[in-house]
Amino acid sequence: MTRTEPNRSRSSNSDSDKNSGNVGGGRTTGMRVIVPLQGVVQGRGGLFLGSVIPCAFFYFLQFYLKRNRKNDESDNSGEQNSSASSSSSSPNSGLPDPTRSQSAGHLTELTGLPRSLSRILLSPRNSGGAVSVSGRVNCVLKGGDSSPYYVGQKRVEDDPYDELGNPDGVIQLGLAQNNKLSLDDWVLENPKEAISDGLSISGIASYEPSDGLLELKMAVAGFMTEATKNSVTFDPSQLVLTSGASSAIEILSFCLADSGNAFLVPTPCSPGYDRDVKWRTGVDIIHVPCRSADNFNMSMVVLDRAFYQAKKRGVRIRGIIVSNPPNPMGSLLSRENLYALLDFARERNIHIISNEIFAGSVHGEEGEFVSMAEIVDTEENIDRERVHIVYDLSKDLSFPGLRSAAIYSFNESVLSASKKLTTLSPVSSPTQHLLISAISTPKNVQRFVKTNRQRLQSIYTELVEGLKELGIECTRSNGGFYCWADMRGLISSYSEKGEIELWNKLLNIGKINVIPGSCCHCIEPGWFRICFSNLSERDVPVVMNRIRKVCETCKSQN
Amino acid sequence: MRLIVPLRGVIQGRGGLFVGSLIPCCLFYFLQLYLKRRRPPPSDPTELPRTSSRTNLFSRGNSIGRVRVSSRAVPVAKPSDSPYYIGLERVKTDPYDRIKNTDGIIQLGLAESTLCFDLLQRWMSENLMESMMQSDDGEFNISSIAMYKPFEGLLELRVAFADFMSRIMGGNVSFDPSNMVITAGGTPAIEVLAFCLADHGNAFLIPTPYYPGFDRDIKFRTGVELIPVHCRSSDNFTVTVSALEQALNQARKRGSKVSGILFSNPSNPVGNILPRETLQDILRFAQEKNIHVISDEIFAGSVYGDKEFVSMAEIAGLGEVDKSRVHIIYGLSKDLSIPGFRAGVIYSFHEDVVNAAKKLMRFSSVPVPVQRILISLLSDVRFIEEYMTAHRQRIRDKHIRFVEGLKQLGIPCAESGGGLYCWVDMSSLLTSYSEKGELDLFEKLLTVAKINATPGTACYCIEPGWFRCCFTALADEDIPVIMERIRQLRESSRS
Repeated sequence: MTRTEPNRSRSSNSDSDKNSGNVGGGRTTGMRVIVPLQGVVQGRGGLFLGSVIPCAFFYFLQFYLKRNRKNDESDNSGEQNSSASSSSSSPNSGLPDPTRSQSAGHLTELTGLPRSLSRILLSPRNSGGAVSVSGRVNCVLKGGDSSPYYVGQKRVEDDPYDELGNPDGVIQLGLAQNNKLSLDDWVLENPKEAISDGLSISGIASYEPSDGLLELKMAVAGFMTEATKNSVTFDPSQLVLTSGASSAIEILSFCLADSGNAFLVPTPCSPGYDRDVKWRTGVDIIHVPCRSADNFNMSMVVLDRAFYQAKKRGVRIRGIIVSNPPNPMGSLLSRENLYALLDFARERNIHIISNEIFAGSVHGEEGEFVSMAEIVDTEENIDRERVHIVYDLSKDLSFPGLRSAAIYSFNESVLSASKKLTTLSPVSSPTQHLLISAISTPKNVQRFVKTNRQRLQSIYTELVEGLKELGIECTRSNGGFYCWADMRGLISSYSEKGEIELWNKLLNIGKINVIPGSCCHCIEPGWFRICFSNLSERDVPVVMNRIRKVCETCKSQN
Repeated sequence: MRLIVPLRGVIQGRGGLFVGSLIPCCLFYFLQLYLKRRRPPPSDPTELPRTSSRTNLFSRGNSIGRVRVSSRAVPVAKPSDSPYYIGLERVKTDPYDRIKNTDGIIQLGLAESTLCFDLLQRWMSENLMESMMQSDDGEFNISSIAMYKPFEGLLELRVAFADFMSRIMGGNVSFDPSNMVITAGGTPAIEVLAFCLADHGNAFLIPTPYYPGFDRDIKFRTGVELIPVHCRSSDNFTVTVSALEQALNQARKRGSKVSGILFSNPSNPVGNILPRETLQDILRFAQEKNIHVISDEIFAGSVYGDKEFVSMAEIAGLGEVDKSRVHIIYGLSKDLSIPGFRAGVIYSFHEDVVNAAKKLMRFSSVPVPVQRILISLLSDVRFIEEYMTAHRQRIRDKHIRFVEGLKQLGIPCAESGGGLYCWVDMSSLLTSYSEKGELDLFEKLLTVAKINATPGTACYCIEPGWFRCCFTALADEDIPVIMERIRQLRESSRS
């Protein structure tokens, strides 16, 4: 005490010396009020206090700003859809907190700010306010309706082509369904009785396991074995049946990744992933572009780079989704490719979702389809556990209305979790019994797969040759219902805009609905996915004529 | 003294306040940054060295290299600890059969009905194939069932569903097919609604006791919380607005945002029917608090008592309040006893919810062949009338028999007028009046008496001793067997 006293007086003396020009009031407050900082000078723990106090202020300021900003964002995202509510609540918008609007005012427009929170707090008796839906449903509501994929589908629905009834209608080349190819035999070879036998009352009127009856699982495993040409045997106990490939992918996304994590997806990819993976699970997709120069094969170097870039941004990658045969290209992944993929997944310790929905629709002669299941068949458990296969019965059976798909996984936890989750997207019992009677006879299955392949092949050859005559090249496709056509020569400007222009012409002038590459997240403009499984052989010349018409208009404009 | 000049500047009031704050702040900030960057490596130490070392050393069989599933999948994958699911699993291992396995466990835990199988059987055998393969022009055509169709259900089916719903609800209310989305059962319907109405971390108020399956349906994937609103036997487990208000205020105090009220009517597991006044009160309450109302009316057609069933749609249609907050769930699993068809419906007055649900149906739509069967089943008015009359009559008979049997043992039931179950007060059999005593009794019922009934704890009932017993899958001759087993259990516990 005695020692500090002189110190203080001395420092105040020096202060008063220096501040002698100041106003008297300023001098006293300068000396007495900011005591903690003054302590620094005296060296008695003041260093600590003098740092901590402004730090704390700064920290809380930061914290405060952060919290405010988050609210703005979520409010803005919720804003678009509930215009009614925002109009009713806008009078309140100035109320909440003057400092808040001051600090955040220049960051965003504040029209939607107070809506969700303040409305309840400030005017609880407000009977006019429309109730708002959840914020996350907005992305579903907006979800890509303006994308060419859905615009095209809508047009086809409104004005579908029919050889006799509506010869001027839009021809559907956008949707992977297979109606003209093999349905007829399918029915003929399965007499009514076979189907109705399965549909007895006990089968449909009581609760049955939602992940699939054992009988059906055995039949599906048999069918998958057949579709992969007996190169690998599938174990029925590792199968979980779901209502459609979409829900299979959604369930896997939920089980393999947490909200905010991401999957790598080589592009061009199936347009459906944006919905299946992102909508409800909150999992993100990181596109890994492949180029025409590599024949759209994925390269491990690019995958690696994408992985590290994501990691640097703090995004955790939990897996990679590949389609085999790739949608939309239809080329097959080679054995080496698959091994490289497995090595990549092993090194990074991530999952692989192999989407093999077209496994039974391999129509090419030269390519051999190799299932991921075969690759890991010889591996040890540790590597098998990271492999999950999605298989779609409705695609290969040409029966999309049945909506049944399967998850085949080697991972116990994934299996038991997805079994429980199938109550949320179950396969109904009539469907299960129908499928059992359809695919449990090996002879029928073999015959079916063979016919399916032959028909796909013949229509594919015809279509590709027709396109070639028009000067449109396709990548070599060996599987799936698509060809991936290079129309770069027809677009007016080498950009996404040029591609959409051409797509519009195809739809409006040519009256055919194809999927532009931008929907498949292809980075090179000018590629189109043409789904040929809808066509009969008589339709091919019609399609060719229509494309020729579009070609001519394009050339005349150029 | 002289070194720490910037801070001393404060005292001199010459811009030192700024510098004196900025410098320690910077130091602190960089320290924070430094700590943050240092942290990630130790946070997943099991993962990082592993991957690199394995590939370098080629030690493939290394057991630490397992790939992990997402943390939210872990609780889903774990076996459930709810007595509801434990009981259901146990029955599967040793089911009762009148002839083959007379010592098996009798299932009273699953709300399914076999009462009208004869009628269904007859209809199916007559109409099944025709209805499935039929196309518009009456010709046999497989492409009518094989193609992609709108996910929300064929318009014909929605029209048929609307008629059917209005028919079983007494014709007092009509449903608009355009507000309707067909789902693959009631379970996905509830999940989709929860997803649409509440964000992750938001909550629904739910009067207890409630259907134990809600925990899975809602919490598994949507991250929505359920806040129980306790109802008591003294009110016959009917919810009151004051209880709702209290629960809402408590929830808000805790900082959780309440997005809606979810309840089932006729209530599951109690089986009582909410009176018109209560429904009005709930809707007014929701209006006042600006929250949604989800009414699960999946047992609307299984009403057998004297009380009239009133749908929330009817109350909302009165125009007193904003309709857009009302959402109704319905399904055919219970009323038509066809759970295998997995056919349910979301009926919502909110346009955005309908649109979003339509899109989400890509994950759980009803297959077209099934839709075809349902269209002809639901439009067969004569059959539906015959079926519904028989269905109600037979539940009533079975209910009387079952409740009478329990009464003779001195076990009372709550008053009920709907549903495939009754809510039984077994508190006289409890060894201790507590949750533990109830679970003990559940275990004894399951292992000694070999009866699977759902204990109230699984339904979050706060009063111990209540059990839900589903009686509609029982044959008449099973009821004395059950009563005998309960009697023996009581004797043995007394001695």
